[in-house]
Amino acid sequence: MAAARGLDALYQEIVLDHAKRRVGFTSLADHPEQPAASERSATSHQRNPVCGDEITLRAVVADGPEGPVLRDVAWEGAGCSISQSSASMLSELVRGVPLEQTDRLVAGFREAMRSRGALALDEEEYGDAAALSGVSKFTARVKCAMLAWVALEDAVRRA
Amino acid sequence: MSAPTTPAPAGAAYDAAAVRAEFPLLSGGAQLPDGAPLVYLDSAATSQRPRAVLDAERSFLETTNSAVHRGAHSLAAEATELFEGARETVAAFVGAGPEQLVWTSGATAGLNLVAYSLGNAAAGRAVPGHEDAVRQWAPGPGDEIVVTEAEHHANLVPWQELAARTGARLRAVPVHDDGVLDLDAAAAIIGERTRVVAFSHVSNVLGVVNPVERLVAMTREATGGRALTVLDACQSAPHLALDLPALGVDVAVFSGHKVLGPNGIGCLYGRTEVLEALPPFLLGGSMVTTVTLEATEFLPPPQRFEAGTQPVSQAVALAAAIDFLRGVEERFGAGAVAEHERRLEQRLRHGLREVPGVRLLGDSDRSERVALQAFDVEGVHAHDVGQLLDARGVAVRVGHHCAQPLHRRFGVTASVRASAALYTTEDDVDVFLDALSGVRAYFGVGR
Repeated sequence: MAAARGLDALYQEIVLDHAKRRVGFTSLADHPEQPAASERSATSHQRNPVCGDEITLRAVVADGPEGPVLRDVAWEGAGCSISQSSASMLSELVRGVPLEQTDRLVAGFREAMRSRGALALDEEEYGDAAALSGVSKFTARVKCAMLAWVALEDAVRRA
Repeated sequence: MSAPTTPAPAGAAYDAAAVRAEFPLLSGGAQLPDGAPLVYLDSAATSQRPRAVLDAERSFLETTNSAVHRGAHSLAAEATELFEGARETVAAFVGAGPEQLVWTSGATAGLNLVAYSLGNAAAGRAVPGHEDAVRQWAPGPGDEIVVTEAEHHANLVPWQELAARTGARLRAVPVHDDGVLDLDAAAAIIGERTRVVAFSHVSNVLGVVNPVERLVAMTREATGGRALTVLDACQSAPHLALDLPALGVDVAVFSGHKVLGPNGIGCLYGRTEVLEALPPFLLGGSMVTTVTLEATEFLPPPQRFEAGTQPVSQAVALAAAIDFLRGVEERFGAGAVAEHERRLEQRLRHGLREVPGVRLLGDSDRSERVALQAFDVEGVHAHDVGQLLDARGVAVRVGHHCAQPLHRRFGVTASVRASAALYTTEDDVDVFLDALSGVRAYFGVGR
């Protein structure tokens, strides 16, 4: 439809699909995490003051032989298709990934989002989340895409 | 603006397109990426400015700019004359005298001025000779401050803080599902312990016009005239003929940038006895008579509330905006603008009702309204709706519109708001409705 002009970069099919599937979405209260002795867990609540959108993300970090690993990510919250899709893609991407790598992923994602369209995310590295590259051209929506990633960064720091 | 009931003279049909042509941004100034014409439906956030307003500010700065109320040079005298002349023009616009109009940096500043003034009164500060008057409004432990759940944060948070500082209790009058204020609840809430009743003339989300005179009468009766009534007139000043003294409120605020004027200027109106009794809030130069190292005597209002350098060019330009509004009324006849906006309101609200999946916030036929409508699109977040409309050149507001408690009451965190002004055309509304009707299909909802 005509309304799609200029929006294809933002609302790709895969983005809208993730907004519906919502990987990692769960009721955190109904599904409490009981970390094992070698694990620690923390949640982070983030809010977009502009629209009131919010997310609560829980990260479970496990100590492995080669350093800490992000064993699980779960989240709940309400928001626009970009924020929901981004949380879903993030969950799919970082489960079971060493923390050292998740730090790099978050930093790279932030850099791309702030690039005003100059940097594209590598599909091999970011999987479905690479489809969010187009968000950086819509500066008013960067916060929406960042919400879950900021929550992950914060939760890991507290875990 | 004149009373909306007076009919326009024959042959003077309102021409919104001609009015719009006076606004540079709306007639080609704003360049959209696809060259699409701009459909600006966000006037409740900020209105656009006609060329006459831009010219007035520039002309003042190029010919007369200097500090007012000080200095003996002729430029300063001329600037002071324009500054005080602007006060007369803007005061007359709301039916008031110049001594009843205080310049502020905006409506938010005006509401904070009143809240902090009452806080100072609660701490024992008073203007000599007015101790009794101000003491009856100053809240203390066990007293109550009343707002409504439909308030903009600017007319809520300052009162929350005043309550916290003074030990008073903040209470909120609820609204009905159709956005109309629950007057029965108001009558039950406003009582002996009420010190302040603060409410909006028109909610910036619901568009419903509140019955100001009834609320004022109710407050007077329940408190024996001891509570201060505070009106947020931000959303009524651009659309309704305002006579603040006739409405009977003690104080009222509105902002310049919503009535075709500049940013950085707003007005606080106060009944003469009220302004005379309120202790000052911001302190400093230009609001004093005698200053010693120990104590200070303050000027009478309005200067008592105008500490520091004033936004002079903005005041002059705001007066030009009022003159522009008057000019439009004169050109098309008394009531023509109001009639045009009433048609827009109907077209907007009735059109929205026809779009599948759209739920209106405050859809009331039983009260007067302005052309402003917030709504929720089932299954699509407000941000996504706004993004699709933007791609069609339609600018609307998305989010909570600085009214989180009201959105929570309607079960949403965010909504979309379309709002019109005198330069809005019926075509604008139609383009918006057409663009909106495609939104749910785009996101694969409701098929």
